[in-house]
Amino acid sequence: MAHITKRDLGGQIARQGILIAFVLFMVGFSLANARFLDPDNIMGVVRSSAILGVMALGVTFVVISGNLDLSVGSMMSFSTIVVLDLHDKIGPTLAIPAMFAMTLCLGAFIGFLVGYLKLNSLIVTLGMLSAIHGLTLTYSGGQNMDIADKEGTWFSVFGQGEIIGIPVPILLFALLAAVLGIGLAKTPFGRKVYAVGGNGTAATFSGIPRARVVFSCYLVSAFCVATAGLIQASRSLGSQNTVGQGLELEVLAAVILGGASLMGGSGTIFKTVIGVLILGFIQNGLLLVGLQFYVQYVVTWVIIILAVWLDIAAKRGRLWSPIA
Amino acid sequence: MQAGTLSTFLKRGAIWGFILLELVFFTVAGEFLSLSEKAFMDLDNMLLLFKQSAPIGIIAMGMTIIMVNGNIDLSVGATYALSAIVLLDSMTWPIFGGMGDWAIPMAWLAALATGTLLGALNGLIVWKTGVDAFIVTLGSMLGYRGLVFMYNGEQPTSHLNWTLVDFAEAQFLGIHTATWFLLAVTAAIWFLMNRTVHGRNAYAIGDNREAAVNAGIKVGPHMMINFMIIGFLAALSAVVFYSESGSVNPNDGELYELWVITAVVLGGTKLTGGAGSIVSTFGGVLAIQLLRKGLSHIGADTETVNLVIGLILIAVLFLDRQLNLKGKEELKT
Repeated sequence: MAHITKRDLGGQIARQGILIAFVLFMVGFSLANARFLDPDNIMGVVRSSAILGVMALGVTFVVISGNLDLSVGSMMSFSTIVVLDLHDKIGPTLAIPAMFAMTLCLGAFIGFLVGYLKLNSLIVTLGMLSAIHGLTLTYSGGQNMDIADKEGTWFSVFGQGEIIGIPVPILLFALLAAVLGIGLAKTPFGRKVYAVGGNGTAATFSGIPRARVVFSCYLVSAFCVATAGLIQASRSLGSQNTVGQGLELEVLAAVILGGASLMGGSGTIFKTVIGVLILGFIQNGLLLVGLQFYVQYVVTWVIIILAVWLDIAAKRGRLWSPIA
Repeated sequence: MQAGTLSTFLKRGAIWGFILLELVFFTVAGEFLSLSEKAFMDLDNMLLLFKQSAPIGIIAMGMTIIMVNGNIDLSVGATYALSAIVLLDSMTWPIFGGMGDWAIPMAWLAALATGTLLGALNGLIVWKTGVDAFIVTLGSMLGYRGLVFMYNGEQPTSHLNWTLVDFAEAQFLGIHTATWFLLAVTAAIWFLMNRTVHGRNAYAIGDNREAAVNAGIKVGPHMMINFMIIGFLAALSAVVFYSESGSVNPNDGELYELWVITAVVLGGTKLTGGAGSIVSTFGGVLAIQLLRKGLSHIGADTETVNLVIGLILIAVLFLDRQLNLKGKEELKT
């Protein structure tokens, strides 16, 4: 029979803080506006979070392996523009695999730089943010990209279609989350990702190929970005060059909100999904209460800092930092 | 000549060598490719180059201290925008209404105070909660941007004061006002970093935090002061830029943090802290602006700039690592 002391209890509350906050938010918003818990509304929120969510799944791998990926936003713009452009040139059946291949090449390049050359991931992906943005603009000649025949293409199914009443973006998000969640939690590869992020030196000495694991994480991230680009392109059937701009930081916010440590070695796909949903529901709840969209920025700020702070406080056993 | 002096010299001088290379390249290429009659190395063109580097450059000086200290600040773009709004809006406040042109220094003070305060808030949170500066400023990047929008919705905030515009467009000794500000900030931060206890402690904390704590250095207050400095400089950058333009959009300053960090890293400052020099950051700022100007001079698309800068950043990182590896091997033998 375990005795639960007051401090354990506090620690538990802090550790589950993000879930508790989520529940409180849901209760609060549903009291404020009855439409909040309406199935249509919930479906709408999940659907509009799907793009962010798919990208966050991949970034979770990268973050757990102890690295960062700031290039996902401009990479998503790239895949959106490329698939829209190729759609009219070679048809959707070929355009989609071609776009995936090109995006995976970018991911492989980053993975090579960070994994094999051991360059700092923050700077590398910062550089790639800028470089891929330039690549997209050069590719499109600075023009917006539109599909010529918007009515007669089956390409819109990924962003606008429904299967048994559930929107396809949600299905893709759920499917990817399930596959990657199992991959991370139950496979040897997943355990290696945690090992590399938790203690890279120890992992190397245990014979885990650090470089290859990091490289694979960036490939996973690029695959997720390509899927997000596919959903985005298919939803709007036309796009600006800057469609993904700024998303990298929102994605990171969702991953951090889910409780993954930027030091690496901790976090799960499930928690990231919760982080994504929290961001989505906060946005939606604030809009339903009648506040402007930008209020969510301020709320997100407070929540991110509180979430990470409580997490750290629970680990060190005291609220305030011991820094003199 | 001592062993290692050469490699130190190479690393210190790398950014200036790069700038020289850019100048030569764009001058020669410009002869063949440029559509305009003007030479690239034209005096007016170079003076303009300095002026255009000022907004990024002023913030980059603050980012250098922050990074030497082992932190990072992603919220500078939002701080810049919020300070700019306060600057332009405060000139129309009734309390400054009867003051005529004295409203200008008041507006400046209000804007600078805003920036310093936002920086202090970042610093205080990093210090007291122990949350990583990357996360704290990632959050406040969103939060401060939210405040920018809440101030005036999605509308631009405009107020054109001609006295202020004249001041901003003035050229003292042939050099633009903005350039003077950039030079003054560079000199002041250089002095702070190299000739004061605070600067030395910042290096010490960034190099080895444990050791700094054991040596009795108060880490927290130093970090907070550095965040206040970068907030102040982000506001100063806004003051310099918006005195002339007189109108700020709520999206202004977005991605500034990325440009600033790129300039600082090009200048050789380590992300891990403990190493970096103000003069090299100045070089990094000039190198980026030269690249932008040069590429447009030879008729390349402006889009190419992003591509080139991104790849250069990665190349610099790679070369830097190779040089460091070599140094370590020399130590071993």
